Amino acid sequence: MAEAVVALRPPLIEGNKSIAQVTHDVCAPMEARPTPLWWAALLASFSLLVLGAAAIGYQITVGVGTWGLNRTVGWAFDITNFVFWIGIGHAGTLISAILFLFRQRWRTSVNRAAEAMTIFAVMCAGIFPVIHTGRPWFAYWMFPYPNTRGSLWVNFRSPLVWDFFAISTYLTVSAMFWFIGLLPDLATIRDRATARWRRKLAGFLSLGWNGSYRAWQRYEVVYLMLAGLGTPLVISVHTIVSWDFATAVLPGWHATIFPPYFVAGAIFSGMAMVLTLMIIARKLMRLEEYITLRHIDRMCKLVIATSGIVGLAYGTEFFTALYSGSSYEQFVFLNRALGPLFWGYWTMVGCNVFVPQLLWFRRVRAYIPAVFVMCLLVNVGMWFERFIIIVTSLSRDFIPANWFHYAPTRIEVATLMGTFGLFFTLFLLFCRFVPVIAVAEVKGVLKYGKPRSEATHE
Amino acid sequence: MSKRLFIGVFENEDDTLAAIKVSRRQGFKIVDVHAPYAIHGVEEAMGLSPSRLPWFVFAVGLLGAILKVWFEFWTTAVDWPVNVGGKPFNSLPAFVPVTFEVMVLFAALGAVLSFFIVCRLFPGKRAKLPVAGVTDHRFAVVLEQTDSTFEPAEVERLFEKLHAVHVEEQITGEAM
Repeated sequence: MAEAVVALRPPLIEGNKSIAQVTHDVCAPMEARPTPLWWAALLASFSLLVLGAAAIGYQITVGVGTWGLNRTVGWAFDITNFVFWIGIGHAGTLISAILFLFRQRWRTSVNRAAEAMTIFAVMCAGIFPVIHTGRPWFAYWMFPYPNTRGSLWVNFRSPLVWDFFAISTYLTVSAMFWFIGLLPDLATIRDRATARWRRKLAGFLSLGWNGSYRAWQRYEVVYLMLAGLGTPLVISVHTIVSWDFATAVLPGWHATIFPPYFVAGAIFSGMAMVLTLMIIARKLMRLEEYITLRHIDRMCKLVIATSGIVGLAYGTEFFTALYSGSSYEQFVFLNRALGPLFWGYWTMVGCNVFVPQLLWFRRVRAYIPAVFVMCLLVNVGMWFERFIIIVTSLSRDFIPANWFHYAPTRIEVATLMGTFGLFFTLFLLFCRFVPVIAVAEVKGVLKYGKPRSEATHE
Repeated sequence: MSKRLFIGVFENEDDTLAAIKVSRRQGFKIVDVHAPYAIHGVEEAMGLSPSRLPWFVFAVGLLGAILKVWFEFWTTAVDWPVNVGGKPFNSLPAFVPVTFEVMVLFAALGAVLSFFIVCRLFPGKRAKLPVAGVTDHRFAVVLEQTDSTFEPAEVERLFEKLHAVHVEEQITGEAM
């Protein structure tokens, strides 16, 4: 047979790895002693966590007066942080579910860490509505259970109740999806562990997985089903979060653009956070051959795509306000751009619309420090987006006599810091005790971009 | 009843897939195939029937949605109707979001729990591996001797031709 020239795509995993090598590369750092850098990072994030826990303890003991809220601005820091963290989580589901349905096999290197990020971010987000209730010990009242007050049921017409159901379903489904993906890898850890406790623990959690194809076949079906369910779920979750605002009659909130605008913004901010974490993880855990420049390049492209949607939404919002003929709508948007919080508005536009434009250049996408800084800026910008939407609409509403400025107190800032502490503490523990790369999935894509061996055909 | 099993151990997916196809063509009974990752095309090669899980998940999701619509209707319009901003007691459109979430929750829980039950996976179960390494870098094709025409030497030759790392014979007291 004549030699055929075959143009192969570049491999997804670099370094020409064998199957055993993948297991070793991912599992060995977990079995070794943690590095001093890891301890330092854990100590720093744990300190923040303690700070946050103290702040939450203080505000629950003393009361909601410790916040900067007033009778005009009733939602500010807590809800900003809630929406911010929920949004962060959405990129994890995009990578694990939506890219799975689109058969984007490159996701295998990043999906495990992205899903972990989702779970941790939703945990951080969940704290805020609970403390925002003011009496968090009654948080279970959000659940419709038979009670001695009537039974007085929850109001199913309220977006806040929708949100409670959306977030708890999202957390449950994300955790299950993560665990199912982890199952074969837990079995791998169990079978190579030398430490007794590790073998016992992995043995308990791996549910007796033995790589039998009868289980693999159903596993693949379940994974596909969860991806199929997770895709509309993630869109519904942020849609419902946006309805918390859009169903109110406040200018600047009462807009039909909110669901797609919020979903795109969520994926945008989350993708920036995934990139931030991946850039750190690939260096710390020496995973450069698994999370390659091509992975970073593709995620950058997702960042710029969602940045475009977000930018379009900012423009559309402004145009709609102008075109509406409603002086209240028009005022709110002019007030956002030129009012007392103008610096926040322009931080948001600058970080979310202008800065990501640099990612059009291949050179920039390949220069990791630049990508890292840009991702941090996007996260700052997306935090300000939520803050601007919430605070400007509330602090200057219909009647000027109501106008009041809002500034966060130290307690509120400490609570936000605390959630960052929680997030990074959980992420660092995850890096130590769970395979950061989906071992079984990466083994399945090793052949990509390699010629098939001839000897294997019958 | 004791069983006589022949296990061919392979080191890549192409050899494994070839071994499955050849074994089936020769009429051997394939008890199971063990692999460190899901290989495209193995279920067809083994002749496994497609999973019925999607139908079950669909049914459970539907059940969740129906139960939730009924529950929302019953709590807001029957058990204790409360006038909220003059909205109708039975506000069906407003029930859609929670119904959707509960449907997804039921379907996902149904998928995962039924997967665990059907595959008999539970916490603390002791894993039975046919040979060491099938969760790391080895692939195992397990054949069962069903009658006297089954020639062990022939199986061994066949597997070795397909680059088997080694071929093992096991007598087990129970089904794997």
